[in-house]
Amino acid sequence: MTAGGHTDTAAPSSLRLVFTLAIAGLISGIAIIGIYESTLPTITANKARELREAVFKVLPGVSQMQQLVYRNGEVIATEELEKGEQAVYGGYDPQGDFVGYAIPGAGPGFQDTIALLYGYTPQQKLVLGMEVLESRETPGLGDKIYKDADFVGSFGALSVEPKIVAVKKGNKSQPNEIDAITGATISSKAVVRIINETHATWSLRLPPAGSEPPLGETESAGSGESP
Amino acid sequence: MKMNGNQSYDEFIKGIWRDNPVFVQVLGMCPMLAVTNSAINAIAMGGATFFVLVGSSFLVSSFRNWIPKQVRISCFIIIIATFVTVADYTLLALVPKVHKELGAFIPLIVANCMILGRQEAFSSRYPVRLAVLDAMGMASGFLIALLSLGAIRELLGDGALFGVNLFGANFEPWVIMILPPGGFLTLGVILLFFNWFKLKKDEFLAEVAEAERSGS
Repeated sequence: MTAGGHTDTAAPSSLRLVFTLAIAGLISGIAIIGIYESTLPTITANKARELREAVFKVLPGVSQMQQLVYRNGEVIATEELEKGEQAVYGGYDPQGDFVGYAIPGAGPGFQDTIALLYGYTPQQKLVLGMEVLESRETPGLGDKIYKDADFVGSFGALSVEPKIVAVKKGNKSQPNEIDAITGATISSKAVVRIINETHATWSLRLPPAGSEPPLGETESAGSGESP
Repeated sequence: MKMNGNQSYDEFIKGIWRDNPVFVQVLGMCPMLAVTNSAINAIAMGGATFFVLVGSSFLVSSFRNWIPKQVRISCFIIIIATFVTVADYTLLALVPKVHKELGAFIPLIVANCMILGRQEAFSSRYPVRLAVLDAMGMASGFLIALLSLGAIRELLGDGALFGVNLFGANFEPWVIMILPPGGFLTLGVILLFFNWFKLKKDEFLAEVAEAERSGS
């Protein structure tokens, strides 16, 4: 064998091999738990802040939010999520009046799952804004679903009735149509499909316009991030 | 003592130029091609790899006399994997945006053959000081390689550098450069340059030797 740092030429006992690996695994495990525990608060805070910023972005004029869930046939405000429940976020203006819902949705994109959040006002049945939370679309093409300001902007005041349709660029004529991105038709259509599907689910659950849950005491005013 | 200083210098510098892990040894191609679509991603990947490689080399070299050689590869991998997990969580906590871009490629640093290669070929045979110098040199070479690829690809494919637009709105981005084929193209051109340079250097040295012989 090669010469060098390996001083033990005689074969060590199996016990020693097992012992070495066990010690290595133990130390490694402790190190990993340590780093996990010490970064968890920051990671959770980052996620919460990102979500908050996204909600304020998709619902213009909103400065306060609270988490809502669909439970036992009605939408209620709650801090705690039960297993398997999906949350939506109610957005309220500085006076505490209801503005709209921020609804998260996810579905297959061109390469991987696209997760997004869209703002929806039940009064006018309009999408107010869209923000991609997670995606692995092609850089330079598919990633325009969040980098192209025109495409993102076209989700302001977009009608969801009967459903959103992505049309070839420049052919938009109806309030429920948007221009797909040239060269990223699949990604654009995926975004539209995710919103349509999510809307189909939630439009059955949300209470009739005007009877939204009022802003509760649980989560108070926003932290000065109002637009 | 002087000898020693020269050797340390050499162990550090060889990774940057003569034995550059990417351009000469052609190792670690997976992260190399995958995350170099922008300069900032290249730096994050290079930085994470730097941390993992230097940390692992330090530990492997420190414990080289205690690790039985029958289980050395498993031990190296455990050490490397621990450092990768630490890097993963640290990036997620400090720079979540960059972490999102790099995605699955951070856990895959474990499988970067360049790192395991250094442990097997160097750290497990040499004292800690030299091992750390070697690791720093190799990791810097890797970082430089990633950065040059990332910068070229971002410049041509997006008209920007570090996210700052350089060419204005009229520049038509050469999108293929930030797609996977662009990685192969750029790497190919750089390898071509490195090999051409090496060829020229050898020719030059041969000429010098020839001149010396005929002169004496």
